Amino acid sequence: MIELMNISKTFNAGKANEVKALQKLSLNIEEGEFVVIVGANGSGKTTLLNLMAGTVIPDTGSITIAGNDATKLAEYGRSKWIARIFQNPLLGTAADLSIVDNFRLAALRTKSKGLTIGKNEAFKKQVQEKIATLGMGLENKIEQPIGTLSGGQRQALTLLMSVMDECKILLLDEPTAALDPRSAETVMRTAEALIKEYKLTAILVTHNLKDAAQYGSRIIQMGEGEVLKNISAKEKAKLKQAELYEWFG
Amino acid sequence: MGLYLTALLQGLCFAGIAFGIYISMKIFNIPDITTDGSYTLGGVVTGVMLTSHQPGWFIMLAVIGAGAAAGALTGIIHTKLKINALLAGILVMTALYSVNLTILGRSNMPLLNLPTLFSALNILTDPNQNSLIILAVFVAALTLIIGYLLKTDFGIAMRATGSSEQMIRALGVNTDRMKIIGLAIANALTALSGYLIAQFQGFADISMGIGVVIIGLGSVIIAETIINWLRITSVWLSLVLVLAGAAIFQWVLAFTLDIGVNPNMLKVATSVFVLIIVGLPRLTSRNA
Repeated sequence: MIELMNISKTFNAGKANEVKALQKLSLNIEEGEFVVIVGANGSGKTTLLNLMAGTVIPDTGSITIAGNDATKLAEYGRSKWIARIFQNPLLGTAADLSIVDNFRLAALRTKSKGLTIGKNEAFKKQVQEKIATLGMGLENKIEQPIGTLSGGQRQALTLLMSVMDECKILLLDEPTAALDPRSAETVMRTAEALIKEYKLTAILVTHNLKDAAQYGSRIIQMGEGEVLKNISAKEKAKLKQAELYEWFG
Repeated sequence: MGLYLTALLQGLCFAGIAFGIYISMKIFNIPDITTDGSYTLGGVVTGVMLTSHQPGWFIMLAVIGAGAAAGALTGIIHTKLKINALLAGILVMTALYSVNLTILGRSNMPLLNLPTLFSALNILTDPNQNSLIILAVFVAALTLIIGYLLKTDFGIAMRATGSSEQMIRALGVNTDRMKIIGLAIANALTALSGYLIAQFQGFADISMGIGVVIIGLGSVIIAETIINWLRITSVWLSLVLVLAGAAIFQWVLAFTLDIGVNPNMLKVATSVFVLIIVGLPRLTSRNA
């Protein structure tokens, strides 16, 4: 589904603050895999995710997504395959717009935003039904600006928004880092359920080792811009949380 | 009373600027001051085409096109060259002065005794009341078009661009393109105000646009104060309030003249008035 070949990325090349974020990294993610990426700060996890999303373009190497060369493709050009959940719950939604407006845009992620009114009663009903599955009681507040909701609620809605339109790949960039433990659990549970239901290929970057142990089919540890460990599904099942802590010891 | 009717007529003529500033400032969060130039551009294009006896619909299309081009240019400079929006607007506005002077060929062009939008229809004998009907229809049509646009999927994407750029890019929108289109729409609307004012006043003038951006800002700020105060989320109601803001702004100026303030001090009065509207909610909320 996603194939990274010999990717290198250096920020501020030639300057005093030069950062070699990734060095000749190759990684292949199969369709339907749920890959968890862990690593210390500065290990290149986020750069890796940004490369897949298209917010960062590699210096060398190639990126293939769903069989298409996406190396130089901008973020909005990749949105037909990829939905992304940001670390900051405020970034995944437009605060000034109502819940239903946000969902309308999400439903058009892979389509053009044309000059017709698509936010009709049928669509509103569809959104209400989806939101009701969260059990947060938000289904009757769909005309409310999404900025009036809490971070946890917004992150859960962002997850739902990602499957409003055809979606193959879900990028989760520390989605629970800014949330309280209970909201974090709701968000991770919702994510797992959606990934299963829609058979998504998912990549989760996290600092939470409990989540890393609990979720996902494969686990990758990054360090110094390279893949340090690449544990397959079979071995991951045997992996204990305590062993994960030792990686960072 | 005549003074206040004229003020209302002017307010309606300025609806285009008010909507334009509403789109650039409130929807896209871009401080766009191409306005002064694109407003005059609308006026001079109207003047030159009227005196060469072009058909009315053609003049209007040309004005919309010229304004849109000016706005798109500001948008391109801002997004593609990554230049601060304020500076981009100043650059285009400055250049437009020469463009406008070249188009007009002189500094002032009278348009008296020419068939204008206001002489196209004679329903009422009183010319001012007749103008009021024509302007009301024109502005109502404008409001309907913009309201519809903001309700469409494209319009929602426009509003999201100003609210959360990162989010809307991840949802497949080219935000640079969106901003260029947005500024084009805003300045096309501004040029339409120039088109109306030139015909309403009966002349096009190279300096008609000086400081005109404050009219748009004032109208939008009046509207915004009411919108925040009443917690309005409806797009239609917001547009109507912007329109009301444009009228209120002109009424306040008319009132200022009516109570005998020296006309030379009118711009000071304008600035003070805008300052009061912006400052008052902050002062009162501090006390609360």
